[in-house]
Amino acid sequence: MENEAGALSRVAGLFSSRGYNIESLTVAATEDPTLSRMTLVTTGSDDVIEQITKQLNKLIEVVKVLDLSDGNHIERELMLMKVRAVGKDREEIKRMADIFRGRIIDVTDKSYTIELTGTGSKLDAFLDGMERSAILETVRTGASGIGRGERILKV
Amino acid sequence: MSTELTGAEITVRCLQEEGVDHIFGYPGGAVLFIYDELFKQDKVRHVLVRHEQAAVHAADGYARSSKKTGVALVTSGPGVTNAVTGIATAYMDSIPLVIISGQVPTHAIGLDAFQEVDTVGITRPCVKHNFLVKNVAELATTIKKAFYIASTGRPGPVLVDIPKDVSQHKAAFVYPENVSMRSYNPVVRGHGGQIKKAVQLLLEAKRPMFYTGGGVILSNAAEQLAELVRMLGFPCTNTLMGLGGYPATDSQFVGMLGMHGTYEANMAMQHCDVLVAVGARFDDRVIGNPKHFSNEARKIIHIDIDPSSISKRVKVDVPIVGSVSGVLDELIKLLKARKEKPDQTALDAWWTQINLWRARDCLKYDRASAIIKPQMVVEKLYEVTGGDAFITSDVGQHQMWAAQFYKFDLPRRWINSGGLGTMGFGLPSAMGVQFANPDGAVACVTGEASIQMCIQELSTCKQYNLPLKIINLNNRYMGMVRQWQEFFHGNRYAESYMDALPNFVKLAESYGHVGMKIEQPGDIQGALEEAFKLKDRLVFMDFITDQTENVFPMVPGGKGLSEMILV
Ligand SMILES: Cc1cc2nc3c(=O)[nH]c(=O)nc-3n(C[C@H](O)[C@H](O)[C@H](O)COP(=O)(O)OP(=O)(O)OC[C@H]3O[C@@H](n4cnc5c(N)ncnc54)[C@H](O)[C@@H]3O)c2cc1C
Ligand SMILES: Cc1ncc(C[n+]2csc(CCOP(=O)(O)OP(=O)(O)O)c2C)c(N)n1
Ligand SMILES: [Mg+2]
Repeated sequence: MENEAGALSRVAGLFSSRGYNIESLTVAATEDPTLSRMTLVTTGSDDVIEQITKQLNKLIEVVKVLDLSDGNHIERELMLMKVRAVGKDREEIKRMADIFRGRIIDVTDKSYTIELTGTGSKLDAFLDGMERSAILETVRTGASGIGRGERILKV
Repeated sequence: MSTELTGAEITVRCLQEEGVDHIFGYPGGAVLFIYDELFKQDKVRHVLVRHEQAAVHAADGYARSSKKTGVALVTSGPGVTNAVTGIATAYMDSIPLVIISGQVPTHAIGLDAFQEVDTVGITRPCVKHNFLVKNVAELATTIKKAFYIASTGRPGPVLVDIPKDVSQHKAAFVYPENVSMRSYNPVVRGHGGQIKKAVQLLLEAKRPMFYTGGGVILSNAAEQLAELVRMLGFPCTNTLMGLGGYPATDSQFVGMLGMHGTYEANMAMQHCDVLVAVGARFDDRVIGNPKHFSNEARKIIHIDIDPSSISKRVKVDVPIVGSVSGVLDELIKLLKARKEKPDQTALDAWWTQINLWRARDCLKYDRASAIIKPQMVVEKLYEVTGGDAFITSDVGQHQMWAAQFYKFDLPRRWINSGGLGTMGFGLPSAMGVQFANPDGAVACVTGEASIQMCIQELSTCKQYNLPLKIINLNNRYMGMVRQWQEFFHGNRYAESYMDALPNFVKLAESYGHVGMKIEQPGDIQGALEEAFKLKDRLVFMDFITDQTENVFPMVPGGKGLSEMILV
């Protein structure tokens, strides 16, 4: 969509006023600074998804809409997690992070901050694998998506 | 540079360049520079209303009755909030408007400044698009875009919010000849393959039906529609918004359909085998319960410029995205090139069935009544004006009777708020109609409750000598509300009665107009004739009508089209 103030609130407003749900939404400028790209994750029946696509296309600032789940695509989400890490837990947590290909990006004598990317379900699995009481804080970006192979969304 | 103009000058120059001859507005602090520039010129005539809601309704009536974009000008804060009802009304009916609003200076935005509201935020859900202009250098292009967006594709209101300092700052003025926007390219031509499929269905139909709406009017396609429908010999019904899109006096017209549509239109809609929906959006007041509607199998062709109108409430078989006029031209051309004709035997049988439904005479009422029947007033209005008037209306029973009993043969003659159903629309929209059609006869069919929602505009009518004829169907009830309470709430008339109605005759007179009170059925015709003879006066006609009259037929909410309550 056009990289203009207000474009995001039009999309968000559309979803709330028409009662569609937003599971996650990420947006940032692209290599072309006049354009920004949004990945929005939503759920609904085929009819609802069809209406959502049409309604989004109607927004003046939306340039193109693509339903990534119509074809092969890649989805990635970033999670940052701060966990309590003392004593022998430190080793255990480090090993968990390694298994999930996470990285420890900040350390204190009581905590680790872990960076993890992957699909939403991978991040969920990591969350489930962690001892709940050890988790001090998590922050997730929501998914960004792109088509596989030659499938390109470009203006 | 000497060629630089202020934002206010640019705004007015843009309006001139767009060929705007009337704008409807109300001044205030944030738009004073713009008013100053309007004052200095005479190409764009400003019409001073008495409430911003009326400014937008007037611009709306102007647009609906002409083919132009209506323009309104309001100040920041309360000026904008007053305008919102008007904007939402136009949005729901897809009417092209440009609304210019003043805003607090850019440096004060966000500081809860005097008369500051988040105009772009408040209006976002009820405009086709809106802009906040932060830099005077972008003003001219923005106004150009606003007119372009408002009037193309599916039309709608576009708002341009101009901070006071932007109207003061200077920039070079160049009005762009045209604008192109990569993110806005409305489709005009329908898909050839789909149109071919439609032709095939039309030729194979045994019980066909045309169901046409506001899109025919907006697309200026009434002539093509008449040609196509007559060529095929099929029945045609109109939505409330589509009236006048097909001549009501034509024998192939089966009346309006929907909640208060005719028996024959609703039955034919329910039982047809091929339905051609043209610029109509399967509204809930039109097809009733969608589940019940789809109980009968039929093939649906749907022509609409807005893809989101298609398969929204009812799945269709042949969607055609494009302008009604373009697609109908194409259909006519293809049909003319084909040797086959529709199955005449089947069509005859279908018409026999439709005529049986017609014989039910669903709009009958007691013509011998000693109390004035509202239907009779509209019938007489039709006769006295020779069917040639512009009729605006408010919202309620009177609106439905006007729609059922005034036979509109031409588009842009029936002006009403269908989608939002805004009481208060009738009088101010009639003002706009009169400005767009200075020689036309303009009548507003209203009710005693609705008219009081914008009654202050009688003052505007005096200032500009607008010779409107106000037909007040005074049943001393919010009749439409009372009807629902009678049918569905055990006759408990909660707050649908208004005590202390004004003396409308004196009220009209105090505004400098002519007032009449009509209480006898025998006086209806004479009074109307007298009123329309007063060519240069506004006449307020207070018809004291039957309090208990109801609108029939009626499809109760949630029921199917063929489950009508009949007289
Ligand atoms: C008290 C009350 C009672 C009512 N009862 C009824 C009733 O009994 N029957 C009834 O019909 N309505 C009734 N209505 C009105 C109803 O609410 C809707 O406003 C109306 O039915 C919508 O009409 P439409 O389908 O023609 O659509 P509109 O709102 O006129 O929409 C026009 C459609 O045409 C499309 N379009 C626009 N321009 C073009 C173009 N150039 N080319 C192609 N397509 C275009 C648009 O995208 C849109 O889909 C009632 C309203 C009130 C207030
Ligand atoms: C602004 C607004 N408020 C409320 C309503 C709900 N409403 C619809 S019809 C109606 C009554 C209208 O009464 P009147 O104008 O006397 O017309 P009648 O039905 O009696 O002909 C009301 C209150 C509305 N449509 N618009
Ligand atoms: Mg009333």
